Amino acid sequence: MHFYQLMIKHLIKLGNIDKKIKSGEKLGACFGMPISIKDNICIKDSKTTCASKMLENFIAPYDATVISKLKKQDAIFIGKVNMDEFAMGLSTEFSAFGPSKNPWNTEYVPGGSSGGSAVSVSSYECVASLGSDTGGSVRNPASFCSTVGYKPTYGLISRYGLISYANSIEQIGPLARTVKDTAFMLNLIAGIDPNDNTTVNNNNEDYLANIDAGIKGKRIGIITEMIGEGIDPEVMTATKEAISKLEGLGAICEEVSLGMVKYSVAAYYTITATEAGSNLARYDNLRYGYEMPVEGYEFNSYISKTRKKFGPEVTRRMIIGGFVPSAGHAGKYFLKAMKVKSKLTKEINEAFKKFDLLISPTVPILPFKIGEKINDPVSLFLVDINTVTANLTGKPAISIPFKIVNGLPIGIQLLANSMNDKLLLQAAYALEQTVKLPEVPI
Amino acid sequence: MTKIGLEIHCQLTNLQSKLFCSCKANYREFKPNENICPVCAGMPGSLPRLNQEAVKKATMIAMALNCTTPDKIAFFRKNYFYPDLPKNFQITQLNIYGDTSVGGSGTILVGDKKIRITRIQLEEDPGRIIYEGSSSKNQITLVDYNRAGTPLVEIVTEPDFETPKEVRDFLNILSDLLKNLGVADPSLEGAMRADANVSTHGGHKVEIKNIGSFHDLEKAAHFEITRQESLHDRNIPVVQETRHWDDRRKITVSSRSKEEDMDYRYFLEGDIPWVKINPEIKTELKLKMPESISSKKDRYITKYQIPEQVADVLSSDKFYSDLFEKSHSQSNAKEIANIITTELMGLEDTREKREASKLTATHLRDLADAIQTGKVSRNSSKNALHQILKTGKSVSQIISELDLGNVSDETELLKIIGKIIADESEAVVQAKSNPQTINYLVGKVMQATKGKADPTLTLNLLKKQIGI
Repeated sequence: MHFYQLMIKHLIKLGNIDKKIKSGEKLGACFGMPISIKDNICIKDSKTTCASKMLENFIAPYDATVISKLKKQDAIFIGKVNMDEFAMGLSTEFSAFGPSKNPWNTEYVPGGSSGGSAVSVSSYECVASLGSDTGGSVRNPASFCSTVGYKPTYGLISRYGLISYANSIEQIGPLARTVKDTAFMLNLIAGIDPNDNTTVNNNNEDYLANIDAGIKGKRIGIITEMIGEGIDPEVMTATKEAISKLEGLGAICEEVSLGMVKYSVAAYYTITATEAGSNLARYDNLRYGYEMPVEGYEFNSYISKTRKKFGPEVTRRMIIGGFVPSAGHAGKYFLKAMKVKSKLTKEINEAFKKFDLLISPTVPILPFKIGEKINDPVSLFLVDINTVTANLTGKPAISIPFKIVNGLPIGIQLLANSMNDKLLLQAAYALEQTVKLPEVPI
Repeated sequence: MTKIGLEIHCQLTNLQSKLFCSCKANYREFKPNENICPVCAGMPGSLPRLNQEAVKKATMIAMALNCTTPDKIAFFRKNYFYPDLPKNFQITQLNIYGDTSVGGSGTILVGDKKIRITRIQLEEDPGRIIYEGSSSKNQITLVDYNRAGTPLVEIVTEPDFETPKEVRDFLNILSDLLKNLGVADPSLEGAMRADANVSTHGGHKVEIKNIGSFHDLEKAAHFEITRQESLHDRNIPVVQETRHWDDRRKITVSSRSKEEDMDYRYFLEGDIPWVKINPEIKTELKLKMPESISSKKDRYITKYQIPEQVADVLSSDKFYSDLFEKSHSQSNAKEIANIITTELMGLEDTREKREASKLTATHLRDLADAIQTGKVSRNSSKNALHQILKTGKSVSQIISELDLGNVSDETELLKIIGKIIADESEAVVQAKSNPQTINYLVGKVMQATKGKADPTLTLNLLKKQIGI
């Protein structure tokens, strides 16, 4: 249930590609590559639902910038893939159209919110997928499904056409089976975009070139707050193994403390709820949405009725988002969260004066069973502890498949300073070369 | 004591595109919902693309109103649900976390009075709601998003006005200033709107919204002052509230909405990075800024000896002062200023007439020269001007076609004068005893020549003939 919209139209396009070969035209870099797209990224004339009943029949009238870029390279969009509703969640159980399952063990969640992306890549149904990462939504499912998952520096990839959840911290990110494939995708989709004022100029950096540069002499900080309380022993062991492998490659690893990490999840949920409350306000069913006639309603009663289509997790965050930035409460919640964000950024910038990279497990726990945590939102929130820092500070971060324990994957996360995406991919590639993982059992 | 403060919304109508997308800023020519795109319609996934030109124009307004201009500006989201807001939030500016809007505090002189400007902010205009249907029961609400995203500058004043007349004078000055800057045409329908805050006797302030025109703004302020004074006389306290101007009944009506309790949950618009306004940009804008109305007026008076009243009228009107600049020289400036303010502005008193007019700067220059060299009398020049506007023909052509040329041929004039002296013997006698009354005879000559006689020559010849 991770592809819920196979893109027949684009498969038909294969015919066009056939013609292209016969006529000897120049072929794009993604020529013939099946790529899946998270269902919160707009593809013109196709449904883009955000896994929500609210947008069940929404047909995007334009292409996201990343989609236009991939179309130019002859990519085949094999399908739109499942996610948590509006990217809120980390298990893909909050999709209005049903959960996705982990291909390593179908009783388990694939992580989220880009669960469909990770499943489609790890089960060899496509070469790569585009997800979105607001607090770990690319890296978390990548870790749970044993794929590479990349969250670039904020502004490196255009968000134009990505349906916003928390726009000030989220990024589109590629998921692929190898670090090289990830760098290849990044080469195609990164760069400044006039349609997104927050994008940065990367001077057409080639992320694949010198990817095997190694990490000899690089200083790597182990984030103390991300290997302490609440971490599964198997995850702890894997992290230690990863560190010693990096040391074996000539890196210098030592612990570094980021004190603000302990407040980061609270700050993250406060900020994302506030932004989501605003970003999702446009879903009033007046201009697009689902079938519900407006006649006979007073405006406010119509709005409250149509917005009942949001699922439980979105509703929960909408309510929080209405409260935490409101007059009389903003000082206690939203503004405090913004303070944590800026202090955390200061701390991590300090750390990057001393270290080239930072390391932690991507997720402190092993994948859990479908239904196991769905009624315990707070314990679900805490699973984000290691991933939200990169979003709150705008730094690039990657999850690399590292180990399979009892048939369940564990990913290792590396972080780098802003615009050091190339260094990050080089380090990820070095670590990737030290492990040989079993094939996915399906 | 009466205190009135204003919030004026002015569209930057002279811009090509909307504030955050490339749809047209001039939405007026479109059929409903045809001037929209994914961005201004708030489609999922679309992002605002800041129109840098709008930032410059708004900064120019701030400079012209002597406001402080910050080194960097930020945008905020004002969150509320309304059918005319495609995103259910408005991208606007806010100064509660430091001065980050295009303009901070400033002042403008209205007569001798200093009116303080609180701030100037750049924001997007919402769409338009149109109500159809006669009764409230079968009313239909239509929404047209063509206007959504139009660049809007909000100018907020301190409560420095004490009478509705001061408000009107200020709005006239502001409207001329915006036109002069070339940023807006305030005469376009809906291009300039205002809300007023009114309080009397130190009581609560009442906000009046929904005022359609400046004319009504003055009326609404009048009404509201009278209403509050009469409450005060009867010892009834004024309630702090929002009232709407009822255009039909010309009164303010309490709006039962809870607008004053609205919590807009303002926060930074993350999709638009802070915009730096470097000192170089400010200098460039200052250089580009057209001459202010007051400095134009001073120049007209000192350089060309144009009377103050004429200079005042001419300098406050961008269209005519531009025309003046194009047509005048040092020698004919006064004459041209005169033609424009006493004749032309009257002949072209509507936008339609102005647009239909075929008059050019060359016409004006030629006409002034013809008057100054005595080719045509000032009186006949009015006729000529009228024809120029209609036909666009050259001044000399019109003078000869209409036979407007001055009669300055002595023999011909003497013939006419001889006849007048014979007919008006009584007046001749009177003129001999009281030379002042000779003007009556000059008038008679003018009548006989249909105003074409050269007045100085006529007077001299008459005097000679009568022997005074």
